[in-house]
Amino acid sequence: MDLLRFITAGSVDDGKSTLIGRLLYDTKNILADQMEAIERASKSRNVGEIDLALLTDGLRSEREQGITIDVAYKYFQTPNRKFISIDAPGHIQYTRNMVTGASNADLAIILVDARHGVVEQTRRHSLIASMLGIPHVIVAINKMDLVGNSEDAFLEIAKSYQELASKLLIKDLTIIPVSALNGDNIVDRSANMPWYTGETLLSVLETVNVLKDQNLEDSRFSVQYVIRPQTEELHDYRGYAGRVQSGTFKKGDLVKVLPSEQESKIAKIEFGGNEIEEASVLESVTILLEDDIDISRGDMIVSLNNSPVVSQDIEALVCWMDDKKQLKPGNKYVLQHGTARSRCSIRDIEYQIDINSYEKLDEVESLKLNDVARIVLRTAQPIAYDAYQRNRSNGAAILIDETSNVTVGACMIE
Amino acid sequence: MSISVKEVSEISDQDAGRRTPDYLDQLEAEAIYIMREVAGQFERPALLFSGGKDSITLVRLAQKAFAPGKIPFPLVHVDTGHNFIEAINYRDELAQLTGAKLIVRYVEDTIKAKGLKEQTGKNASRNWLQTFTLLDTIEEFEFDACIGGARRDEEKARAKERIFSFRDEFGQWDPKRQRPELWNLFNGRIHKGENVRVFPISNWTELDVWAYLKREKIALPSIYFAHERELILRDGRLLANTPVIEKDEDDQIVTRQVRFRTVGDMTCTAAVESSAATLDEVIAEITVSRISERGETRIDDQQTEAAMEDRKKGGYF
Repeated sequence: MDLLRFITAGSVDDGKSTLIGRLLYDTKNILADQMEAIERASKSRNVGEIDLALLTDGLRSEREQGITIDVAYKYFQTPNRKFISIDAPGHIQYTRNMVTGASNADLAIILVDARHGVVEQTRRHSLIASMLGIPHVIVAINKMDLVGNSEDAFLEIAKSYQELASKLLIKDLTIIPVSALNGDNIVDRSANMPWYTGETLLSVLETVNVLKDQNLEDSRFSVQYVIRPQTEELHDYRGYAGRVQSGTFKKGDLVKVLPSEQESKIAKIEFGGNEIEEASVLESVTILLEDDIDISRGDMIVSLNNSPVVSQDIEALVCWMDDKKQLKPGNKYVLQHGTARSRCSIRDIEYQIDINSYEKLDEVESLKLNDVARIVLRTAQPIAYDAYQRNRSNGAAILIDETSNVTVGACMIE
Repeated sequence: MSISVKEVSEISDQDAGRRTPDYLDQLEAEAIYIMREVAGQFERPALLFSGGKDSITLVRLAQKAFAPGKIPFPLVHVDTGHNFIEAINYRDELAQLTGAKLIVRYVEDTIKAKGLKEQTGKNASRNWLQTFTLLDTIEEFEFDACIGGARRDEEKARAKERIFSFRDEFGQWDPKRQRPELWNLFNGRIHKGENVRVFPISNWTELDVWAYLKREKIALPSIYFAHERELILRDGRLLANTPVIEKDEDDQIVTRQVRFRTVGDMTCTAAVESSAATLDEVIAEITVSRISERGETRIDDQQTEAAMEDRKKGGYF
């Protein structure tokens, strides 16, 4: 059994929290005491029926305002898979929260209200899913009951969504007519829409192949920590602790250490102190090299014949996340990429992207909270990176404000 | 009863060779990655150890993260003085076997030194007072990162908390000013006096922890398994019969076969009736249980809808 992380995008009005609540309820993942608690809360708020949305709103201010402000995580499982559901708010002022949630998602569910069709926020959520490289997208056309469960209504929205998707990078798209409130086509097939013969939402979630999404070609390993026990029996032991970001590493592989370009050979790979033959993407292991070379946290081990770009000049899409200060050319930040950190300075804002219309805006002087733009920056030390759309884990970086230490930008290197 | 925790300190050979990726491997790899980020980013980290199953899991993950070296940070326990003796014994034995440094600080000492007022009455608990001792301990040792075993599935405020959770110099969590946490790029940069609480098993569920303990063949304090015990029956809950809990005429003293589903302070942890004497039997019981972990056993969470959120804002774990 494996694990799938998915994000649900949409505003409260689209029934996003209701959809999550419905998934949990119909897969019998809501426990008796949790159900009682939301029944109590529903009653005290006079919402009539049980409000499944109350399951996901965790903070006092969210319950008071009936909205989701922050990213919330929910865990559930079926006999086939374990799921981490990432619930992010959908309003434009919370774009940074959606970007945050999307960064770790294998799949995105984008909710569309059947009464309104493809609207501005559908465009925005789809762009974010595409920009963050989420490989699978499910468009759930919700509230089908409110348009008479009409096939024509569904087909029309599906067609306009496909037009939209053709402008984006979405590898795998599924469009499903649902009613989260009634549970139609969520877990159980709908008797109200006999014309729909495709899969239910849960069945897509359970069967989508996420192993194929991993980059198994470009072997990358950021060193997190150097293990040196310095005991009598392990006097010369020097192990490089890290997680395989992409590709695989085997004993005997010829490797290169970046940015120093020193070459060596893998002497041994260990997990929990025991030797293993090879380590593949996402495994946390320890690599020992044959040569005694100087390696520390922030260095990257890669295969000798497949190297990332090593450069101080980076072009990237950035989503700006600071609500206090704006990004301007000339500003300096700390760039964190893998385990490497380097000071950097913003050289240029090439253009901003209107995340609703997808228009490019030239001659932009600064970026404010939630703006998305393509920027050019220069780092103080060389960074070993791949393009984000080819290799998510080695093309992602964050910008940190040097004085407040807050994470202020999400970068997708191009 | 004597407890063997020997297995905890020995990582079995079953991991050698190719492993098929499954969710436990994925969760384990993520947690080890987070542990190593702590060691790589901070000068003086600590692992908050309670003797409960979640922190026992953390110790195993830390061992695996840094093997063949020792765990490069101390285990810190804030002892309310109202802990189960079985958990305390286990703690001491585990520290010895792993070779990790153990630091214990007592709520009792903080109460005396600061003249703190304890809750009184039959539901009195030192749970809240732990925060004072914890913050003092962080200050005393200048810890810049504290690793904890909290999970997001436990409670709805925790479901919103970051894996690297920034705390100001007063230890306070501000849910509205959390740092965005993108990909697996954890930002642990802080100013002196501030610290970060780190939760490597954020994405684990209760059942994942049990499945992992089983897979890793980790021994647990005996109170996690069914045993006969004298208990206080109060408002439908079974509490350990101990002098630290004040009783009155409404309380009934009963003897039942029980186990503890969570192990915290005796005053705020209830037992569940059970005949599950092995890990397999416990897992089977939890799998079919219709009541959540904290709902069934935690008295501290049930005072208001936002009990945990409020405690965290005040500097709680």
